[in-house]
Amino acid sequence: MAEAGKAARAETVLTVEDLTVGFVTETGAVRAVESIGFSIDQGKTLGLVGESGCGKSVTAMAVMRLLQMPPAFVASGRILFDGQDLLTLPEHRMRSIRGNRIGMIFQEPMTSLNPCFTVGFQIGEVLRIHRGMNRSEARDRAVELMEGVGIGAAESRVDQYPHQLSGGLRQRVLIAIALACQPRLLIADEPTTALDVTVQAQILNLLARLQEQLDMSVLLITHDLGVVAETCDHVAVMYAGRVVESAPVAELFSRPAHPYTCGLMSAIPQLGRRSEYLPTIPGVVPSLENRSVHQCCFAGRCLQSQMICFKQFPPLKKERNNHDLACWNPCES
Amino acid sequence: MLQFLARRFGQAVAILLGVTVITFALSFLMPADPVRMIAGRSATPETVESIRRELGLDQPLPAQYLRYVSRLLQGDFGRSYMQKTEVSTLILSRLPATLLLLAGAIFFELLIGMPAGIFAATRRGRASDNWIMAISFAGVSMPQFVIGLLLLYLFAYMIPIFPLGGYGSLMHLVLPALTLGISGGGWYSRMMRSAMIDVLRKDYIRTARAKGMREQRVILVHGLRNAILPIIAMVGLDIGIFMAGAVVVESVYGWPGIGQLAWQAIQVVDIPIIMGVTLVAAIGIVTGNLLADLVMPFLDPRLQLE
Ligand SMILES: Nc1ncnc2c1ncn2[C@@H]1O[C@H](COP(=O)(O)OP(=O)(O)OP(=O)(O)O)[C@@H](O)[C@H]1O
Ligand SMILES: [Mg+2]
Repeated sequence: MAEAGKAARAETVLTVEDLTVGFVTETGAVRAVESIGFSIDQGKTLGLVGESGCGKSVTAMAVMRLLQMPPAFVASGRILFDGQDLLTLPEHRMRSIRGNRIGMIFQEPMTSLNPCFTVGFQIGEVLRIHRGMNRSEARDRAVELMEGVGIGAAESRVDQYPHQLSGGLRQRVLIAIALACQPRLLIADEPTTALDVTVQAQILNLLARLQEQLDMSVLLITHDLGVVAETCDHVAVMYAGRVVESAPVAELFSRPAHPYTCGLMSAIPQLGRRSEYLPTIPGVVPSLENRSVHQCCFAGRCLQSQMICFKQFPPLKKERNNHDLACWNPCES
Repeated sequence: MLQFLARRFGQAVAILLGVTVITFALSFLMPADPVRMIAGRSATPETVESIRRELGLDQPLPAQYLRYVSRLLQGDFGRSYMQKTEVSTLILSRLPATLLLLAGAIFFELLIGMPAGIFAATRRGRASDNWIMAISFAGVSMPQFVIGLLLLYLFAYMIPIFPLGGYGSLMHLVLPALTLGISGGGWYSRMMRSAMIDVLRKDYIRTARAKGMREQRVILVHGLRNAILPIIAMVGLDIGIFMAGAVVVESVYGWPGIGQLAWQAIQVVDIPIIMGVTLVAAIGIVTGNLLADLVMPFLDPRLQLE
């Protein structure tokens, strides 16, 4: 990551500004994601980390505009992709972006492929939709793509059904689908959580290699700070639907400032070693109904909370070194 | 796969044997004595006895049963007491009409049920969903003779497009098949709806949407391909149920099918016909299920390698 090279082509691919997403439920409207913002430069990886339920998937689905509305609604914000606000695009324009210029892979490789179609068909489908290929062209290209994501004997596997493949292979197929049209941006929502540890490493290496090849930006959603340290350029830490801290990866790991981030890090036994889930911090994330705007949402679990933390909401502010922080009483480091 | 089919086939044969025991027993449980019904009230005891012997009804039970089954295997279903004709001939002469009605009914059931169910599933919880479900509930709950008479009144009498009844052309088929289609279509639409709602929640549907395809394609290709599986199984069952004869519809429309044959036979306690029709119905149900088993692996790849 040479700083000079970065500055030379710091073209921003995705900018999310002030995005608020909620759901209409029986008990009223709740907000799962509250006024979050981040941006990703071309070829870079942004890590989105946080505990279960903090709104990572909702954010990803909002960018793809795949949330069912209703019950979901977008209360505010802009999602700028190559300068275009995705939230105002008509649906047919959005369709031509999905799977084409933005690819997405999901957490559940075992269930994310249609059991009734061959993997070749499912990869080829993207090419038929966005590249206008016919069936046989799409199939041939699917074989190449499968080889590209490291699936051996692709020529025979292309006509197999998902249930004939292992979890790792299925995730590779899903990667092939997401990357078939060589997207500008890949959204990877916990791409390795459901896989064996050895397979996890292979998939992450594969993603890194393909990212390099395609000069693609990646939004990597994960539980795993070890993965973040290895693969990301920039990190946004989410808590209870908000970004509470955001910084370049080296900066964040050397000077974590939010007590939540510190808690996450101190609980990793060794940096770089993968743990299955984020280490536990005592207490639980407040439920969607109990998120106050008059106090810090983390205050109840925070070891360093003071009076002000319970009285006033901490806004996200720019600090030194491109480091953003929403905290009244950051931890020293 | 072959093993699976062989096992299902074995089961089918066992079931059919079981049914022959029941139909055989049936003939003894009937309140009316068939011999007397044939001979008439004024017959002498000698006549009655000779008829009894002629029918083989004086033999011990196991012997009678074996004779019954071995005759069945040769396609001999016995003779009608009343019509003095082979039961197999009677049934075979009615079979084409019943099969035609069956095909027509399933056609309308699917034509009505599948689009309604798919549409309702995509409008889940909205007004159009509620309306479709209410209408299909009405279709299911309305007695078939009411639907039949209503259709006759509307489309044969008020607006005389179709004939009032009978058999012979496609025009004759429309109303009886539609009657069955309306009452069965209600079931299919409910089943299609719940299967589709189930499928649309699946992760692979999310993947399909993330590829940027039209929602129509998501539903009709990725959704339907999976949601149709329980529907096929249901069609298999339906084939059997119709083989028993759509008694009500056949009598409303004067459709010369097996149901009408059975109905006439029941009224005069013509036991060989009742036994024969019961057996044919059982064969129909078993065949329908076998057909569904046979077709399923072609539609659901997960079943292929087992
Ligand atoms: N359709 C919905 N209706 C109501 N609430 C929802 C809906 N979808 C998500 N939520 C809520 O939004 C919140 C954020 O969910 P999200 O799936 O984004 O979490 P996450 O950070 O991805 O967690 P995980 O790590 O478990 O995947 C959760 O509290 C969830 O209950
Ligand atoms: Mg998630």
